Amino acid sequence: MLDRAFSGSQKYYRLLMALLVFMGLGFAAYLFQLNRGLTITGMGRDVSWGIYIAQFTFLVGVAASAVMVVLPYYLHDIKVFGKITIMVVLPYYLHDIKVFGKITILGEFLAVAAVTMCLLFIIVDLGKPMRLLNVLLYPTPNSILFWDMIVLNGYLILNILIGWNVLDAERKGVPYPHWVKPLIYLSIPWAISIHTVTAFLYAGLPARHYWLTAIMAARFLSSAFCSGPALLILLAYTVKKYTKFDPGQEAIEKLSIIMTYAMIISVFFVGLEFFTAFYSQIPSHMHSLVYLFKGLEGHRFLVPFMWLFTGLAVFALAMLLNPNTKRNEKKLKIACAAVFFSMWLEKGLGLIVAGFIPNPFDQVREYSPSIPEIMIALGVWATGFFVLTVLYKIATSVKEEVA
Amino acid sequence: MKIYNAKQIIPGLIIFLGLITFPFWFNMGKAAVPPEVKLDTPVIQQMAVKQCVLPKADMRTGHMQLLNDWRTEVVRNNQRIYVAADGKQYNMSLQNECMKCHSNKTQFCDQCHVYAGLQLGSVPYCWTCHIAPKEAK
Amino acid sequence: MEESRRSFLKLGGLCALGIGALPVVDALGKTDLPKVMNDPKALVGKRWAMVVDMKKCWEKGKPGCKDCSLACHVTHNVPEIGNVKEEVKWLWTEPFENAFPGQESHFMPGNMNEKPFMVLCNHCAQAPCVRVCPTQATFKRPDGITMMDFHRCIGCRYCMAGCPFGARSFNWKDPRNYIKTELNMTFPTRERGVVEKCNFCDERLAVGKLPACVEACKDGCLRFGDLEDPNSEVRKILASQFTIRRKPELGTDPSVFYII
Repeated sequence: MLDRAFSGSQKYYRLLMALLVFMGLGFAAYLFQLNRGLTITGMGRDVSWGIYIAQFTFLVGVAASAVMVVLPYYLHDIKVFGKITIMVVLPYYLHDIKVFGKITILGEFLAVAAVTMCLLFIIVDLGKPMRLLNVLLYPTPNSILFWDMIVLNGYLILNILIGWNVLDAERKGVPYPHWVKPLIYLSIPWAISIHTVTAFLYAGLPARHYWLTAIMAARFLSSAFCSGPALLILLAYTVKKYTKFDPGQEAIEKLSIIMTYAMIISVFFVGLEFFTAFYSQIPSHMHSLVYLFKGLEGHRFLVPFMWLFTGLAVFALAMLLNPNTKRNEKKLKIACAAVFFSMWLEKGLGLIVAGFIPNPFDQVREYSPSIPEIMIALGVWATGFFVLTVLYKIATSVKEEVA
Repeated sequence: MKIYNAKQIIPGLIIFLGLITFPFWFNMGKAAVPPEVKLDTPVIQQMAVKQCVLPKADMRTGHMQLLNDWRTEVVRNNQRIYVAADGKQYNMSLQNECMKCHSNKTQFCDQCHVYAGLQLGSVPYCWTCHIAPKEAK
Repeated sequence: MEESRRSFLKLGGLCALGIGALPVVDALGKTDLPKVMNDPKALVGKRWAMVVDMKKCWEKGKPGCKDCSLACHVTHNVPEIGNVKEEVKWLWTEPFENAFPGQESHFMPGNMNEKPFMVLCNHCAQAPCVRVCPTQATFKRPDGITMMDFHRCIGCRYCMAGCPFGARSFNWKDPRNYIKTELNMTFPTRERGVVEKCNFCDERLAVGKLPACVEACKDGCLRFGDLEDPNSEVRKILASQFTIRRKPELGTDPSVFYII
């Protein structure tokens, strides 16, 4: 099926070329980083993780939710399905799985692209990437990073296997091979595990009070469930516009309902953090939030971004709470963009950096990304979208043929 | 048998063959200088019995493994003394033991390493951390 | 393809994989080191700890004295990067309100909030950095030292995120050009891309010497010893004087005690 990626319209090639340009620039910047070291970034002794890890954190959520939301579709023809009680939070749309039929493959392939970006962001962040295999050579079960490596790579393999084989079977007009089924069952809890484990990276550190909250994993889940579907909806509309493949209006509407609930919960969770911090008035709980939303000791770099997040989130909620939005393509697209971008601001920018501010000495040392750092990050995003474009091209070509 | 796309395939094959045989024709006529390993450091010259931690043949093939094992023992297991087969004790340290005798790194270690193409400082990269002894040039 | 030919190929592939694995297994086999042992002079302990007598340091020490810090940084070829963002430091001073955040108050004697304290890695008994390191590049030794293995570190900086005491520094660039003091030829430098911190001078303990900072303080403000040995110097001091530790509420069980 890979040959479908090598034939396409002019627009397809132009998109790939544009992405390749960004990938090339990012790669050049990465070579610069390999040559000089991580000093070229804006990270330092105090804020030792920056936008690389922040992007990875955000994309893990996108990767997980893209699959969890739609994957149960593959199991719709089995009565056993009703017994899947692990899906306590998802019973709603399990009742109407067939709706998701066409969009599932888009979710799978989005997960592949997102996890690829996650892994790339981790690699570009390492001080000694040539020693990457040490994580495999010296397994350390007490380290959450070790488990993160396992679940991320496992998830990548799972989604490639499932997505590819189901698509291939569809192309041939036969049911997918029987061994794919247990993998599908596996990938649903596995999707939960990738962002739970990633949340555990932060939630178990006694040093960082901003992250030391029990609801960190829950916050990851809720923001994933709105940012993932938001991107998936936008991609579905894009696919509908440029190819003959229509994922279906009902699927998009269902996704936007999930996105709405998840957005409400996400914003609610942020509110919960504020309550605990400011009602208890414990300095270590309050300081990072104050830094983000008001500025601490005169340092206010992230304040405008966080208020933009707030504004966009409120705006998105206002739009989504109106049930008519999901039926109006233009309005829905705006709402999705607002959801995605606001969640990116909160998780991709605010969460990681603010965890380090103030530092363990209660000093405020700020962080802002450098130009090469941004170029590398953009290069990795471009790589993810390149993978996404190629996979979507294959998927839509097959779907067009089969239809 | 008809060959399709011959206009692209044949030149492509020729370019490929040219690239893949590059090391051979580029270095034709040149001979790399064989390594001349010098053992005439002041410390070695003063030794009564000139012997290393292991016999020469073992050292040649196994010094990398030995250094790795020494590293594990010192850093991770906190054992610093090595008892050789003949009972002699050595301090397991590249900088402080090996280089005590072989203080002429450029005429000893580097000779074979450069010959084998390991001269860029990246492999073996012991010396980016472990301080090489100062040599009189 | 016929079913039988296909299964033959599958079997053949598996066999080739198996045969190919044999030399790999051989290669991974470790050489047996004849015998290794430790220097009989080495200092032996079950839990190395340090008592920092800041009261004595303020009373007896000359203002601006940096003997301990300098000794540490010279002994270990610690670079002087020159900017706050990327500095590398193993032992340095912080004012009370920064070394003990949350304990500062306006009603303390004198100007306690600004008084300098020597801070370093606390070699915690329950070290969070050890818990999070994915390669065990930082690990707990049986003698209580939280040790760094620079050869194994992949530079992920998870340990830096995990350390509640800000004790760890990363080499953002090649430190060799920034070593402003005379090189100690008996100790290596580090490369860019690895994390470093105080190692309780394990290389000195191994030959029977006390840590460099302890030896360097002319007024004897730094005391080093084995917490598990009831007769050690540090135990005697801890039994006779009140001491505080940094952030004990986090449960990391630090091994550095301060007399204020």
